Order: sequence, then C-alpha cells, then structure tokens
Amino acid sequence: MHNLAFDIAHLLAGGLVLISFMMLYQDRLYALLNIFALHAVVLAASVAWQAFIQNAPHLYVTAAIALVFKAIVIPVALHRIIKQLGIHRDIETAVSIGPTMLAGMGLVALSMVLMLRVTGAADPLAREDLAFALSVVLLGLLVMVTRRNAVSQVVGFMSLENGLVLAATGAKGMPLVVEISVAFSILIAFIVIGVFLFRIRERFDTVDVGALDEFRGERR
Amino acid sequence: MTAASDAVAWVLLIPICAAATLAALPGYRLTAGINILASLGTLLAALSLFVIERPQPGQYLLIDDLNIVFIVLNTFVGFTTSVFSASYIAHELETGRLTPGYLRFYHAMYQVMMFGMNLAFVSNNIGLMWVAVEIATLTTVLMVGIYRTHAALEAAWKYFILGSVGIALALFGTILVYMAALPVIGEGLDAMVWTVLISRAATFDPALLNVAFIFLLLGYGTKVGLAPLHAWLPDAHAEGPTPISAVLSGLLLNVALYAVLRFKILLAVNPDAISPGPLMVTMGLTSLLFAAFMLYRRRDIKRLFAYSSIEHMGIIVFAFGMGGPLANFAGLLHMVMHSLTKSGIFYAVGHITQVKGTQRIANIRGLTETHPALGWSLVIGVVAIAGLPPLGIFMSEFLIVSSTFARQPLLAIPLVFGLLLAFGALFLRLTSLAFGEPRGNAAPADASYLPMFAHFALVLTAGIYLPGPLVVWFQHVANLLG
Repeated sequence: MHNLAFDIAHLLAGGLVLISFMMLYQDRLYALLNIFALHAVVLAASVAWQAFIQNAPHLYVTAAIALVFKAIVIPVALHRIIKQLGIHRDIETAVSIGPTMLAGMGLVALSMVLMLRVTGAADPLAREDLAFALSVVLLGLLVMVTRRNAVSQVVGFMSLENGLVLAATGAKGMPLVVEISVAFSILIAFIVIGVFLFRIRERFDTVDVGALDEFRGERR
Repeated sequence: MTAASDAVAWVLLIPICAAATLAALPGYRLTAGINILASLGTLLAALSLFVIERPQPGQYLLIDDLNIVFIVLNTFVGFTTSVFSASYIAHELETGRLTPGYLRFYHAMYQVMMFGMNLAFVSNNIGLMWVAVEIATLTTVLMVGIYRTHAALEAAWKYFILGSVGIALALFGTILVYMAALPVIGEGLDAMVWTVLISRAATFDPALLNVAFIFLLLGYGTKVGLAPLHAWLPDAHAEGPTPISAVLSGLLLNVALYAVLRFKILLAVNPDAISPGPLMVTMGLTSLLFAAFMLYRRRDIKRLFAYSSIEHMGIIVFAFGMGGPLANFAGLLHMVMHSLTKSGIFYAVGHITQVKGTQRIANIRGLTETHPALGWSLVIGVVAIAGLPPLGIFMSEFLIVSSTFARQPLLAIPLVFGLLLAFGALFLRLTSLAFGEPRGNAAPADASYLPMFAHFALVLTAGIYLPGPLVVWFQHVANLLG
C-alpha cells in the first residue's frame, strides 16, 4: 500500500512537470488555456491524493478550490476576456521555442540536483514532491519571462502558484495550506479582473525597465 | 495582561474597522478626517505597547523589542502621511485626477495597507507573516494604478508581476523552513511559530535552511527593492499618488526588510548554516552602486527619489549583512532616519509637483524663490538624504562606514564610492530644482507643511542628540540581531 501511495503521488507530481513543459511550446492562447486547465486538474488530483494518504481532510478543500476555481472558472473567464477584448490569439514569444525547452530542461535538472541533495534527511515522498514542485515553479517563471502578453504571463504565474500548492501539500501536516491557497485564489482573481477592467491587451510588451523609461521620455 | 493583548488587538483592529467604514462613507472632508483619526488611534495604540506589560508570545502574535521599533515607526509615518494625504487628495479632486468613487476606494485601501503592514510586524507565525506581506503588497498595487493612465497601469502591472514572483519565492522559502523544522518540532502549527523555531533552530537540517534562506532573501528582497530585483520600484513610486510613494519608500520596504531580518536571526542560531552576511552585503552593495549610477540619468523627480530609496535600502541591508552590534545599530538607525527623511521628501515633492503640474525635473526650477517653504524643505530633505551633517542620516552613515573600515576595509571602498556618487547626483539635481531662474507655475501652494516639518525636525534632532533610552533600546535590538 505504501509503495502504491508513493507511486501514485510520484506519478501525479511528475505529470505536473510534464504539463508545465507542454505550456512552454504552446503558440496559441486558447491552447495554452486548455493546457493550464489540465494542469489544474492534475494538481487537484495530486492534492486530493495527498489528502487521502496523509489522512488530512482539510486538504480536500484545497483540491476542490484547484478543481473548481483554477480548472474551470479562471480558464472560462480568460476565454471570454480574450474574445471580448479581441486579444491576438497568437502568443508572441521573447525567446523561440527550442532554447526555451532547453532552458526548461536545465531548470528541472537544477531543481532536482538542488532539492534532492539538501533534503536527504526528509521523508522520500516529501523529497520528490518538493523537487517536482520547484521544477514547476521554475518552469512557471520561465513561461512568464518568455511570453510577452499579459494573459500568458498570468497563466505562467498561475502554473507557478500550482507548484507552490504542490510543495505546500507535500510538506506533511503543514498548517495554513488552505488559507494560503485561498489567498492565492483571491490574488489571481484580482489579476484576472485587472486584466479585464483595465483592458490590458498587448500593451505590456515586456517586464523590462527599458520600455517604460522610453515611454516616459527618461531615456534619450 | 489583558490590557497588553488589547493594545496589540487595537493596532490591528483600528485600521481594519476604519477600512470598512471608509469604504462605506462618501464625502471627502469626512473620510479624510476619519483616515487621520484612525491613523492617530493606531499610533497611540502602538505607543502604548511601550508602557504596558508584554503579552506572552502566542501561536500567531508576538511583541518583542525588535518589532516595537518597526510598529511605532510604521504607525507614526502612517499618521503623518494621512495628514499629508488629506491636503494632497483635496488638490487631486479639484483637478479631477481622482473621482469621489476612487477616493473612497483610496482611503479604504490605505487603512487595509496599514493593517497588512502592522500584521506583518506583530505576527509570530511565518505563514501569517507571508499572508500579511501579501495583503500590504496587493493594496499598494491597487493604489499605484489608481490614476488609470497608461503609465500608471503599466507601473502597477509590472509591480504586480514582479511582486507576485517575489511573494511566490518567499512562500517556497517558508515551506522549506517548515520542512526543516518538521523532523525536530513535529507536524502542526508549532513548526511555523517563530519563537518555537528560534528556540530549536540549532538542530535543524542546515542544508535545507540554507536553501530556504536564499529563496526568502530573493523573495522578500524583491520587495525591499534590492538590485537586480528592483525593476518595479521606480515605476511604482513615480506613477502612483505621492502619499503612496511616501509609504512605499518609508514603510513597505521596511516590512520586507523586517521579514528578511527575522529569517536572518533564525539562520544565525544554527551553527552549521551558511552565514547570511556575505549574501546580504553583496546584494546591498550592488543595489547601492547600481542606484547611485542610475541617479544621474533621472529626469523625473519622483523617480529620482525612488532610486535614492533603492540606494538607501542597499546601505541598510549592507549594514545588517555586516552584522555585529555596531553595524546593526547603525543599520537600525539608518532605517528609521531613512523612513522619516524619505517620506518627508515625498511630502515636499508631492506639493511641488502639484503646484508645478509636472514631475519633470527640467520644468521645475528656482523653487526657493517661488515657494520658499517648499523649496527650502526640499533642500533640507536632500541635504539630509545625501548624508550631510548635522542631520540624522549623516550619523548612521558615519557609523556604518567607520564600522566597515574597522572590520573589512576593502568593502569600505565601494561603499564610500557609492555614497559619494549618490551625493553628487542628488546635489546636481538639487541645484537646478531649488535655485536659479524660476520656471513654471508660481502660484502659492495650498500645502500642509506640518508633517514635513515634523519629520525633518525629528531627523535634525536625532542628528544632534539621540536620547539615552533610545540608544540603549537600539543597542539591545542590535544585539538581538546578531
């Protein structure tokens, strides 16, 4: 039983990393949103599995939030926003897909080496979980820096946050997990509402200081 | 005992109740008044923490010698800013940059932000502290974007994205600290309570703690505005309302710094963990030098002082990174002085940009002739922030430099170089701003000078004479910081 529990947790966490990779090579917004919904579903399954094997019923709440809010509400809302605001359906990338994938592999290798080395004493399930979680976090960051439009940056941020939830649920008996996942959901809701209310389209070309300095006439 | 926990509760309850009230009430005069009253009430509650008996640290809240300094500074600047904000916002309403609906939102958010910052200071739980920092950040993001101009939205978005990445990294670090505590303390809330962590930290797994600290330093360091994670800071300062620039520089950066310091103490307890000092010294020096160079190219007055904030946060982090009683004392003093001076400068800058109708340095000239009170206040402020005697920052910078010379003479060279560079840049700008042929609107300013003068008077007093009890207190806290 123990081995099966470990294997399934491992499978789900590893699945999240794979789906993060799938996000890296999407070049259509709708496809990216669908992949993200899949990411959230796998996260929900993983959290629910952790709730089951750790015998921690409050984690089911986190799983439910992930499933309802992140896998359904947010992707649907973003679909509608894209349609209503007439956002370009293609994703402009700052770096082309090949190097991005290579960088992604490098990041995953880095997080494996780092986390597996420092968590030698911890319980093996938590170790693997943490290593996978860091990979998901770093891949989320990579999505954010290689994409230029606001919606895909938001998606990148949400996948990053999924990684954090994975880490938090993997850490056995961690308190405040539910509160933190609720806080994050509010944060994300804010972002999505912000995108909509402020009619953010492609105006945010980059998170680089240079662009804004130029806009303000600071650099000349 | 109950009076003590009441005082802590008031520090949190007044802002949150005020926020709910302000969200519901219309009318500028009334809400600005309530905002000031609530901030004053919070300040009084914070001051009462000095005299009453401390409550026992609970699972969520903690009052100790370190955080009282932060709370009192926080509520004091919060109060003076609310006074400044009343006259500033009146002008914004007149010119139509803010509508009454947004005003209501602004006041409510101001109090929520104060709540978030106070909660971060009093929390004894690293999870709760993280949530509180997140609340404070979110509210400032909303306020930075309140003018809804293209530039303001872009600034808010950039702040939002970088801030979110910062808090995400900080949360990962927090989880790692919990993982490190798990084998020693066991499952449950205790493994996130700071006072419990600190008492058992010597037996934590050092490798895990090291990695955790790196994540926490990067995460909260983004909020402190340390280079190379500072990109949000100048835009957020320049595009938001000036009272928000004042609290961002004066307070929010301190909140994040406080979080870093708490974890630094935690790491210092563990004998096998890396020493956080060199990391902090490197980041501090990088920020100082980077910001000092960037100061020369600024054409926007609020951006200029935003870069100066990066510079000073760099100096403070450097001082705490050096460690030891003297450098910690100097860092603490510098932090207080910087908060007071920088928010004072932003009060002056707020009125100046309103009178002149521009933030471009080139369009503001000869302030001492057209607006003597504002012009000379700016001169005093810049003299103070550049670190000239007899004002407070001179003393703290002198202490930092001299303690660095005594212990690591090589590090003192880039430090002094950075300080001189920044000094030059600030004076270059000051001469054109304050003196010379007046340019731009010369209409008299309808300003509230009191908060500005109060801050500068405090900084001047501290530069000439530091009261004995305060010195003893700071020395004690400096020893705590290790």
